[in-house]
Amino acid sequence: MLYRETEQMKRTPLYEVHKSLYAKFTEFGGWEMPLQYTSIVKEHLAVRNTVGLFDLSHMGEIDVQGQGANELVQKLCTNNVSRLTDGQVQYTLLCNENGGIVDDILIYRHADNDYTLVVNAANIEKNFTWIKTHNDTEAEVSDTSDDTVLIALQGPRSVDVLYRFTPENLAYEIKPFQFCVAQVAGNTAAISRTGYTGELGFELYVDASDAEDLWDALYPAVIEDGGQPVGLGARDTLRLEAGLRLYGMDMDENTTPFEAGLGRFVKLDKDDFIGKDVLLAQKEKGDLKKKLVGFQMLDRAVARCGYDVYQNGNLIGKVTSGAPSPSLKCNIGFASISPNTEKSIEIDIRGELHPAKIVKVPFI
Amino acid sequence: MIPENLKYNESHEWVKPEDDTATIGITDYAQSEIQDIVYVELPEVGTQLTHKTEFGVIESVKAAFDLYAPVSGEVIEVNETLLDAPEQVNESPYDDGWFLKIKMTDPSELDNLLDADGYQAHIEAEHA
Repeated sequence: MLYRETEQMKRTPLYEVHKSLYAKFTEFGGWEMPLQYTSIVKEHLAVRNTVGLFDLSHMGEIDVQGQGANELVQKLCTNNVSRLTDGQVQYTLLCNENGGIVDDILIYRHADNDYTLVVNAANIEKNFTWIKTHNDTEAEVSDTSDDTVLIALQGPRSVDVLYRFTPENLAYEIKPFQFCVAQVAGNTAAISRTGYTGELGFELYVDASDAEDLWDALYPAVIEDGGQPVGLGARDTLRLEAGLRLYGMDMDENTTPFEAGLGRFVKLDKDDFIGKDVLLAQKEKGDLKKKLVGFQMLDRAVARCGYDVYQNGNLIGKVTSGAPSPSLKCNIGFASISPNTEKSIEIDIRGELHPAKIVKVPFI
Repeated sequence: MIPENLKYNESHEWVKPEDDTATIGITDYAQSEIQDIVYVELPEVGTQLTHKTEFGVIESVKAAFDLYAPVSGEVIEVNETLLDAPEQVNESPYDDGWFLKIKMTDPSELDNLLDADGYQAHIEAEHA
């Protein structure tokens, strides 16, 4: 009935800090991560109203550097990486030859032929191998995940917290999807105005040896501004409300970007990239086998990942993510269904059909 | 503190016997572990419960949890207020957050349940 710790999970350098804050832990992508410190609802609302502090060190970082790096990342990514200038970040997908999504990532451009790819925890090794296998350039590919800690500040007050620890007006000057390297409380960090919550926020990449120092500096400031540390439980409800997909649930290698509703991150007018032929054909034919949609329950029942979705008595798909929305006070989710225009669906919850309607995302 | 006048299932339900009826809920420890209860699904009056088998579901923001009957019997009353105010289970697990009253068919099943000391030891073992 209750959450259990299991063995052989990886721990971040901040594990003991979370323990001292009485975090409950959960397994995620092979990592033992804080699920919650107080309550998912409280942590969720802290991010919406003030500020939340996250340890996201399970995320992976892969550097692609040297002659040929430009070509390599352009070949791997569905988005147009050549449009990035130094200090910019882009959301993109990596696809396989069938157009299936290998991972959804952020790509950071430090300089010409110098990039960092931030990848999902469960996909670090898969991506590292994938990138190396497709590297026919001189570029060097290195996995720096174990040396890198990612601490995020998310929420409307995040900028005020960051301001206190960064030079001059830097915190207010970084624009969305930009980053820069600067001192944060005396630690060298890549400060990125990105996040996975739908709020104003920052992601701070520092050397693993600086993790505790940075956390200890930020934590009291976050508390002072009415915020609190936030675990993966609230991270999941925050990203869901914001309409952000989660790899492994809302998409996988058998889902194309169009089927995941991520077509705007596929630039079919750019030069060749892996999966382009299949994606081009799918776009031209317009015959998607499935499509990801957002739904809202019309009663109090909660739809969870894996539940069957029906329409007029026919099974049309499955729920891929589902949870109560702490901000909207109703139950929402994503479902992957056969494409059609009707808005009414029913979801099988423990053998009973509960009404739901398809709604626009983001939910908030 | 774990109430002395109740009996406990290892799956964290409590039962309060009064003559041949019994009130059922979940413990304070269970609600604090589950947190943020948003939905309670309970059987209707007249449903027959069987000792140690599922009778309902509670949902937190994070997940769904099955409820197991501490004793067998017929449901004679359901706490309808939980349908609109499931947070009462978090706020008052031993009073306003009760789930069901049942008419016990075999009160001797109570002897299979834990007392307060036994339940305390059970929680400590689970947390070790």
